[in-house]
Amino acid sequence: MTISLPKKIWIYFLLTVTSLLVFFPVLYAFMISFMTGPEILQGKFFPQSFSLDNYFKVFDRLPLVKYLVNSFVVSVGVMFGQLLVCSLAAYAFVFMPFKGRDFIFFVFISTMMIPWEATMIPNFFTIQKLDWLNTYQGLTIPFFALAFGTFLLRQHFKTIPKELHEASQIAGLSRFAFFWRVILPVSKTSLVTLGAYGFLTTWNMYLWPLLITTNSSVRTVQIGLKQLQSQEMSTDWGVVMAGVIVVIIPTLLLLFLGQKQLQKGLSQGALK
Amino acid sequence: MNTHVKPGIWRRTGNARTAFLYLLPSVILFSVFVFYPMFRTIYLSFFLTNQNGEAALHVGFENFAYLLESSAFLNSMKATVLFVLYTVPIGIIIALFFALLANEKLKGIGFFRTVYSSTMGISVAASSVIWLFLFHPSVGVFNRVLSVLNFPQIQWLLDPEWALISVSISTIWMNTGFSFLILLGGLQNIDEHLYESSRIDGAGYFYRLRRITIPMLSPTLFFIITISLINAFQSFGQIDILTKGGPSQSTNLIVYSIYREAFINYQFGTASAQAVILFIIILIVTILQFKFGERKVHYQ
Repeated sequence: MTISLPKKIWIYFLLTVTSLLVFFPVLYAFMISFMTGPEILQGKFFPQSFSLDNYFKVFDRLPLVKYLVNSFVVSVGVMFGQLLVCSLAAYAFVFMPFKGRDFIFFVFISTMMIPWEATMIPNFFTIQKLDWLNTYQGLTIPFFALAFGTFLLRQHFKTIPKELHEASQIAGLSRFAFFWRVILPVSKTSLVTLGAYGFLTTWNMYLWPLLITTNSSVRTVQIGLKQLQSQEMSTDWGVVMAGVIVVIIPTLLLLFLGQKQLQKGLSQGALK
Repeated sequence: MNTHVKPGIWRRTGNARTAFLYLLPSVILFSVFVFYPMFRTIYLSFFLTNQNGEAALHVGFENFAYLLESSAFLNSMKATVLFVLYTVPIGIIIALFFALLANEKLKGIGFFRTVYSSTMGISVAASSVIWLFLFHPSVGVFNRVLSVLNFPQIQWLLDPEWALISVSISTIWMNTGFSFLILLGGLQNIDEHLYESSRIDGAGYFYRLRRITIPMLSPTLFFIITISLINAFQSFGQIDILTKGGPSQSTNLIVYSIYREAFINYQFGTASAQAVILFIIILIVTILQFKFGERKVHYQ
């Protein structure tokens, strides 16, 4: 397929203009993060110098390193928890025919229709009774089971040839060995997709950490941003934006690296 | 083990028993953190509660009756519906437009795809803080542009007439990344041959869009519309950071209203009743979508 030159120019023009519009808020936040108060008031777009003052200040005013570590621990924890719990379930759904399997699968899928926010009140009290407020397990374990993840992996496991299963049985591999040493390695792409998705959504989670972290011991960066914004309101936007940039860099990097993979994996899960 | 006595049943249920072991973690977690709290929420919605969220006084449907008469709740429902109407259709149209552009096979298209999907990597909290600045009455970029153009200034987040629209604009921005990524995936799954044969017929771009692209994309569109609707009903973070439900309750969306009722006013009974209403709305939306949406969807 060839595209005519005028059409090409027109498309590039649209691409450039819309991309600038989409990326403007982030770019502007990045610029602001280097500016001093007076510069911001003057409404400049480019900072006078790329000094890191605001970044030093934000690490000074908030236990940001701690929050970053917390967010990282929680996100990685949820990621691995989801991968394990979902892949175990998906494996059972694909490789172990049993009576009532379709019904149980339907029950799993039905959890997608229950909004998390509709259940947060009892969940809060469950966590309180378990004495899990301000703990990593309170922030991670409720999210390990995920219907979407089970569904995504099930779709992929289904494409694995049945002959592989038979061969493994002949070779005398136990079910778990087959799962661990054959199924998981050949499903690497789906696992990476689900892992990236889990990490991203957990890193960005807001309401749950807001509810169950009452001090800074396991508080995540998202809540840190809220703190920062309410402390610094109207005084020091440069510092606030430095905080924003620090918080979005890990997920933006992850997205830039895994965009293709994520898009393929997610749209596959959506369609099949 | 009595395998020798009853080999039939024991062996026949072998799969089920092993399968159960593999399903056990999910089953336990779903029971504790999804099904139990869902039933508990429904249960609590019929009670007045004490400070620890325990049922204290059975009141039947009075919580619901109270909500349906309370102007604050009706106002919150109205704001939620408006918010959904503002954000979902426009958000999807913009994402579709981006996806169509980014689906052209051109040099450097990967860069543009990354930019379009970038908002997916930015958390609601970070996005909201950025937009809070953009909407700022004096230093924000919007009012600066307005003043350059000699238009009157707008109190974006402080004016009850504008606050919901402002929050919607920022939400559309936050959500385009994800919708874009899903729609682009859908576009790339469309068989090239369909276009080639139409090209020979000399069909124009918009004709092809209407007759090939949109019908072939309909399952993806259907999926993303459902997800966007559900997401919109669940919005919380942007409200908490941008407006706190104000000014004069104009952006008090349902999840924010539940949060305030439960964790600030400690009225867990009425908060649960609101949560039940949220659940019912999402259930209805999903069912309607599947009932009416499915018919118009073209599967390959």
